[in-house]
Amino acid sequence: MADQENKQYIIVHSAKYETTYTKKYLNRQVWEEPNFNLIKSYIPGTIIDILVKEGQVLKSGASIIVLEAMKMYNDVQMPFKGKIVKINIEKGQKIPKGFVMIEIEPVK
Amino acid sequence: MSLKRSILDLRKRKDEVRLGGGDKAIEKQVAQGKLTARQRILAIVDEGSFHEYDMFVEHVGTDFNMGNKVLAGDGVVIGTGTIYGSPICIYAQDFTVEGGSLGLMHARKITKIMDHALKMRVPLIGINDSGGARIQEGVNSLAGYGEIFFRNTLSSGVIPQISVILGPCAGGAVYSPALTDFVFVVENISKMFITGPAVIKSVLGEDISMEALGGARVHAEITGNAHFFALSEKECFEQIKTLITYIPWNNTVRAKAFPPKEPKTKLKIENIVPLDARMPYDIRDIIKSITDSSEFFEIMELFAANIVIGFGRMNGETVGFVANQPMVLAGVLDCDSSDKAARFIRYCNAFNIPIITLEDMPGYLPGVDQEHAGVIRHGAKILYSYSEATVPKITVIIRKAYGGGYIAMNSRHLRADFVFAWPTAEIAVMGPEGAANIVFRKEIAEAADPEAMRQQKIQEYKDKFANPYVAASKGYIDEVIEPQETRKILLHALQISMHKDVPAPAKKHGLPPF
Repeated sequence: MADQENKQYIIVHSAKYETTYTKKYLNRQVWEEPNFNLIKSYIPGTIIDILVKEGQVLKSGASIIVLEAMKMYNDVQMPFKGKIVKINIEKGQKIPKGFVMIEIEPVK
Repeated sequence: MSLKRSILDLRKRKDEVRLGGGDKAIEKQVAQGKLTARQRILAIVDEGSFHEYDMFVEHVGTDFNMGNKVLAGDGVVIGTGTIYGSPICIYAQDFTVEGGSLGLMHARKITKIMDHALKMRVPLIGINDSGGARIQEGVNSLAGYGEIFFRNTLSSGVIPQISVILGPCAGGAVYSPALTDFVFVVENISKMFITGPAVIKSVLGEDISMEALGGARVHAEITGNAHFFALSEKECFEQIKTLITYIPWNNTVRAKAFPPKEPKTKLKIENIVPLDARMPYDIRDIIKSITDSSEFFEIMELFAANIVIGFGRMNGETVGFVANQPMVLAGVLDCDSSDKAARFIRYCNAFNIPIITLEDMPGYLPGVDQEHAGVIRHGAKILYSYSEATVPKITVIIRKAYGGGYIAMNSRHLRADFVFAWPTAEIAVMGPEGAANIVFRKEIAEAADPEAMRQQKIQEYKDKFANPYVAASKGYIDEVIEPQETRKILLHALQISMHKDVPAPAKKHGLPPF
């Protein structure tokens, strides 16, 4: 049980309960509001091709990057109609999961 | 050949098979703190009770120069024996023979003993220690796994199935243990994963050791794939033998009864629980103050410790306990604890083991991670399992029984046979703090001193609802009992429920929210 100085609490329906945490609870992922203007790698891989330039305006579904991952070429597409604001990758670059590859902004 | 000579010849042949992969391979095995396949079996079963079959089975691989190779027993030992006099079927993969890899005949030996166990209606114990599929045998090896998984499923709920992971168990091989009832792991020896560290590194660039990826502790604490964790093979074997004493041979009989014994704990049951519903205690102390000899055999001790499950005996008979643990995460229900409890409830129901539920929980764990992990469908598993169970179901509400959790923890509404409550029980939609904030929102906001008003309203709500009597007045609780009467009353309820028989509507099978 938690010692006096290091007490742990859980709040359920406004009531504060003294208890102990589990390792899994301590390691839980804190939720962040997703930013849809950041095109992130959903899997680690290698950039095979960049099909767009900064400033370019593209329709929803237009291909922007070819990302090789899991021995497959993945076609990364525009999630909505928008402008390419910044490109943070180069051809041949190896990127980890969650890497911000391209920044975009919506265009009406 | 004279009879004597042919007997000597037989002995020689058996001795050769018993050497497995030979001295060098055995040396390697032992150096890792591991016993050999036969040593393991002999350490589990009663002395002199083991009989081995299919010793002279040979592998059938011909490709890649396999035709010239002799593999003793094709890398697996099968047989029958007894544990404390109870018959069991058992197999153990022999890592010293071609890495314990699974080829066609290896699998055929395993399925033979599985068929035997099902036919004889006795428990099956499988010891896994294998590098995986024997790649030289190609699709025959995959066929072998499939035949094993099918039998695991067919036997599920008919005979107890126990998996012991004493070495690597990787790729498709992991699914046989996953389909069985209880999985035993040993620190630094057990390794289970679908995709190993090398592939993960090459594909994803993530660098992780075998132990950190799929070691014993990971499966006992994080994934919930393992039910029993031990520090040595010896400790693991003791756990298996103890488990066998608590469970029946099959689904048509009851677990063996032992001579009844009084609890021996010096803990006074009424002194364990703090009066303040927000203060923790160890629910296992309550269980031990109720069970015979104060013995409690906990299952999945490290995983989702906010709920406690395991076996104890009441008047000599096995009982399954499901209990909220205020000491961990305030005893809330969440995805993992729901999965853990639901599977155990279904186990008890399948094998005629009465269930005693001890309730003290504030509700479900709040959080985006929980909601997004599917706490709705996971939580529903507890409702489903309790509702479906036809074994005797008895609940004791110790303190908090709030909201959806109250319903889920074997309430009257899910057809509990007996619901008892201590006078400290609080049965309500939520705790007084939360309820006062909602019910008296306006009064609190408009008060000159909102905090004082809030405290006053909390007290008002507490006085009215933080007790067992409102629920008792509706008949949702059968009896409000004194804590020290708990064991006596539970024994009585179990005695009355002994021949419980409730018909269920005919169906092929239900659709539990997996």
